[in-house]
Amino acid sequence: MAVEMRLPAVHKHISLAASQSNREDKHLVVPGDVITSDTGFMRGHGTYMDEDRLTASVAGEVERVNKLICVRPLKTRYNGEVGDVVVGRITEVQQKRWKVETNSRLDSVLLLSSVNLPGGELRRRSAQDELAMRDYLQEGDLISAEVQSIFSDGAVSLHTRSLKYGKLGQGVLVLVSPSLVKRQKTHFHNLPCGASMILGNNGYLWLYPTPGQQDEEAGGYYTSMEPVSLSDREVISRLRNCLLALSAHKVLLYDTSVLYCYEASLAHQIKDILKPEIMEEIILETRQRLVELEG
Amino acid sequence: MHGVRDDLRLDGRGCEDYRHMEIETDVVSNTDGSAKISLGHTDVLVGIKAEIGKPKPMVPNEGYLEFFVDCSANATPEFEGRGGEELGVELSNTLYKVFNNRHSVDLRSLCICPGENCWVLYVDVLLLQCDGNLFDAISIAIKAALFNTRIPKVHISEDEEGVKEIELSDDPYDCMRLNVENVPCIVTLCKIGQRYVVDATLQEKACSVASLLISVTHKGMVTCVRKMGGGSLDPESIFEMTEAGKRVGKALHAPLIELLQKEESLGKKRQKVGFLG
Repeated sequence: MAVEMRLPAVHKHISLAASQSNREDKHLVVPGDVITSDTGFMRGHGTYMDEDRLTASVAGEVERVNKLICVRPLKTRYNGEVGDVVVGRITEVQQKRWKVETNSRLDSVLLLSSVNLPGGELRRRSAQDELAMRDYLQEGDLISAEVQSIFSDGAVSLHTRSLKYGKLGQGVLVLVSPSLVKRQKTHFHNLPCGASMILGNNGYLWLYPTPGQQDEEAGGYYTSMEPVSLSDREVISRLRNCLLALSAHKVLLYDTSVLYCYEASLAHQIKDILKPEIMEEIILETRQRLVELEG
Repeated sequence: MHGVRDDLRLDGRGCEDYRHMEIETDVVSNTDGSAKISLGHTDVLVGIKAEIGKPKPMVPNEGYLEFFVDCSANATPEFEGRGGEELGVELSNTLYKVFNNRHSVDLRSLCICPGENCWVLYVDVLLLQCDGNLFDAISIAIKAALFNTRIPKVHISEDEEGVKEIELSDDPYDCMRLNVENVPCIVTLCKIGQRYVVDATLQEKACSVASLLISVTHKGMVTCVRKMGGGSLDPESIFEMTEAGKRVGKALHAPLIELLQKEESLGKKRQKVGFLG
């Protein structure tokens, strides 16, 4: 039993000298900063005209494409792109669709025609399927899905037309900012430490124990409720704390960075990872290894 | 839930471990005593102001404490508008019950003139961020703020007509401190499955059916026990939880007093962190 109290200390900003070189290229602005006084540019998202001067309205990086200037914000709600993998929670069951909450401005939509029927059969969806929707996915269920298309108002349409997507069983959900998840070829990772993770592009990260064998016939709806073993749990708790530490220090999340952070944290106890000084130590080591990997 | 059974929670803590806690006193300059505590992501600010008032008619030679809890709308979106009032009232009522006995705070030292004047300590609690385990954080913050409270000394002078005049001494260092040894700390135990956890986060609270709130002094004396939540608790488990609560509560006091004394000994050299940083 441990109770730890201490006096607060000012958080030190840790940065590596090696990464200074590519800092100069980025043009970072805060709301109110003047980007340029030249009137020849077209203004894009995140900017506004303030007496002939182009000013930023969000905090982020300036992007310039020929004559178009826009500011891409650092902390924002998830903006869907076709092909992204997202993890979401069902909020409503409607007539021929489910409404899924994915940390974006509008709820995403999962149409009945975009899911695999249990049993894997391919047929036209009938009225009976509509009535049985609640048996497949209920309010509060977590699912992994892929973005199929985007509506004109920005709402995202999802599909789970592959066996790797579907309802998620036992595991841990970690919420981070969507801008910290790196876009990669695959978002489903089986880490060598014994757990698997899904890095949703919307900032919802799902950690779960690696399944023993794959159930092919189930079509993504079978969730096992057997108790997870203690060793698996420890790995998942450690990964969860590592993810929280990485997101607190704004490190880009992808499988290599998470793995390095996990290895760096093995020296400490799981619950100590969230303490400020130990977190800084682990993140420093992770950053160093990542820089070595690049350079 | 199975993790709790095996003594391993989501973030790796054991069932009786607290999250990382940071305490700072004297953050608000125009109060007589203040403290700010962050327990994980829960942030609580307590300010204490001492005013002169009339003592209660039943106990003419004692002062008293008034509690007010304000759930700020910044804490969570549910507290928007009037949403936080219900929770605030519940918290204040519990605090009244906890401090209701004569041993927690020496109320006689708050008396100036028996029957006529006494010090009334207005304790204001502000919830800045809510991530579970509010009662524990509030009670620790109140203890720290009471330790930090400096009540100016009064001189009573009598006129020829017998009218009493109260003078506050002008010297900012001439003040009276309160003895906070017996101030109780609240421990909340949430029942999850068959076991109980201390310092539950919001996620863990959502899984628990009922919780038991125990306020314990540093000697292990229990001043108030309260059950919250809709589920039922079996009498044996209540006994077990009370024993565990006493154990955890006793262990909270010593490090807290040590930390507060260390902070005070730093004196002017202390770097004030406040709200930024």
